Amino acid sequence: MTTTFDGNTAHLRPADQTLLQIKDLVVEFDLGGGRVVKAVSNVSLDLVEGETLSIVGESGCGKSTLGKAILQLPAPTSGSIVFQGTDITKLSKKDLRNVRPAMQMIFQDPVSSLDPRFPVSRAVEEPLKIWNRGNEIERSAKVDELLNSVGLDPALVRDRRPYEFSGGQCQRISIARALALEPKLLICDEPVSALDVSVQAQILNLLQDMKEAYGLTLIFISHDLSVVKAVSTRIMVMYLGKICEIATPDELYSRPLHHYTSALVGSVPVPDPERKVSATLLEGEPPSPLDPPSGCRFRTRCPAATELCATEEPMLRLAADGHYVACHHPRA
Amino acid sequence: MLKLENLEISFATNRGSLHAVKGVTLDIAAGESIGIVGESGSGKTVLSRASMGLLAPTATRTGTVTFDGKEISSLSRDEVRETWGTGMAMIFQDPMTALNPVRRVGSQIMEGLTVRLGMSKADARKRAIELLGRVRIPDPEQALKKFPGQLSGGMRQRVMIAIALACNPKLLFADEPTTALDVTVQAQILQLLSELRKELNMSMVLVTHDLGVVAGHTDKIAVMYAGEVVEYATTKDLFARMRMPYTEALMKSIPRLSTPSGSRLPVIEGRLPDPTKPEPGCLFASRCPYAQEKCRTQHPDLTTDSDGHQYRCFFPLGAAQ
Repeated sequence: MTTTFDGNTAHLRPADQTLLQIKDLVVEFDLGGGRVVKAVSNVSLDLVEGETLSIVGESGCGKSTLGKAILQLPAPTSGSIVFQGTDITKLSKKDLRNVRPAMQMIFQDPVSSLDPRFPVSRAVEEPLKIWNRGNEIERSAKVDELLNSVGLDPALVRDRRPYEFSGGQCQRISIARALALEPKLLICDEPVSALDVSVQAQILNLLQDMKEAYGLTLIFISHDLSVVKAVSTRIMVMYLGKICEIATPDELYSRPLHHYTSALVGSVPVPDPERKVSATLLEGEPPSPLDPPSGCRFRTRCPAATELCATEEPMLRLAADGHYVACHHPRA
Repeated sequence: MLKLENLEISFATNRGSLHAVKGVTLDIAAGESIGIVGESGSGKTVLSRASMGLLAPTATRTGTVTFDGKEISSLSRDEVRETWGTGMAMIFQDPMTALNPVRRVGSQIMEGLTVRLGMSKADARKRAIELLGRVRIPDPEQALKKFPGQLSGGMRQRVMIAIALACNPKLLFADEPTTALDVTVQAQILQLLSELRKELNMSMVLVTHDLGVVAGHTDKIAVMYAGEVVEYATTKDLFARMRMPYTEALMKSIPRLSTPSGSRLPVIEGRLPDPTKPEPGCLFASRCPYAQEKCRTQHPDLTTDSDGHQYRCFFPLGAAQ
């Protein structure tokens, strides 16, 4: 299957300034019988070193698939992923393996992402062992340093197993393990969705601390706009495999231009009993990615949809400084 | 409708007795909606299970649970069963594991109708279609034939609600009904529960860890910490005049759209106390920014102020220090 370059790259910055540049990424899953799920359709994005890009959207919008495709898990159907100047989609298995330590990931369910039989020290040490970093004493010191930096006391936790910890603590252990090889890029896939509100804040703060301490660049995947507000430099809203809107957090929340973004903002629960239920509450659910609507993919749920939206797909275009939107009739 | 009096629940564990619920007194009137808010381990789920007579055999219980004038613990297993469905019903956090994956949605909804209400299959089917329409599932007749795996998370939770409502319960327990769902779907499900409650004049207990979820959808809120109710007031009053430092801390830790980007979020330092090791003072003292010597040595009782607002604190917020 060939895909044509659709020109949705207005938001990209010069390639020599970026750590990661993705162009025209397509991820498709063949279900057999001629049925193909287009999970990610022609998505382009870039990341400058030290930035945090948040990818936000509902279940099934392709945000996790996109995150995994960056790590070649599995490799995308087409498109390029340039990481530190190399297109990693073109690398041999061996060369790709050598790039992998620089890109790590943490997952939504911290308990199932740890091996239940491994004590904490072994879980955190494993990446170092696989890569033959240092001798046993050096590795052990590194494990202690990592555990300390994620706020766990090595003396207390080293020999304990995941079931002895709460969800928040398991997420701390996962973060320590992901940082063991000193990655440049950390992809966080819904890292706080499974946690209590009070613990969410702790993990979000920890990720910001780690970003500073280890010079990380972050991709933060979430379905909840309120969670990403504090941590992001840029936010990208996705719907059914496509980008709707990209902006800085303050710009996006004060002036959402896409009707989908506005609905997402309106869905966030607010701890105020006096607040009226938002009129922009989304009806229904996203259509099937097997057979996405023609033109703008959001038009079937959009309050402002016209005939134009069914026939012509909106391109990402500059609306204000650093604010890009793909909509024929953006909100004023 | 439901009355809990001095309810104490503990579990026997190999580390000793775990005191999960400590002296909880609550009552829920007909048509009323109450939120129970707390972190993992605060005892909120155990409390709602106990109210339905769903405690594990390792649990020991003192105090009383009265539903519709009947003491639940004095009833036999069969009599407790009689109250399920028609009296009390429950929906759970994870709609996938709560539904049977190898049975069609229709037969799971009809089961309660034929077994509990003695309906004929044809009547039950009609009622099931009506119920699916009620929970706003598009094309209910088609939906009857589907398996849970063919539905999205939000649709599965709607099916769970349809099953819970099948026998017209007087009281619905919703235990973290939206935690596994997207924010957009969460907003829809909460809206649906509120509408159905009014339509059917049903009481509801909404159990959650998120104060944002209960704000617009309950009449009263009980905040739980380490097995105790630490604050209990009408929703309006609670948000307007928080008395308990724990509630304030919980409120502050909610990530919001108004949080400045690049800022640190306020957190509640420390952890819940170990439920197997009783402490003499206020259970929140070790994490409380306002704690004083008295808080570490004496246990505060639940205090009721003039307008019925209850709190468990020696130095409540908003009082002259």
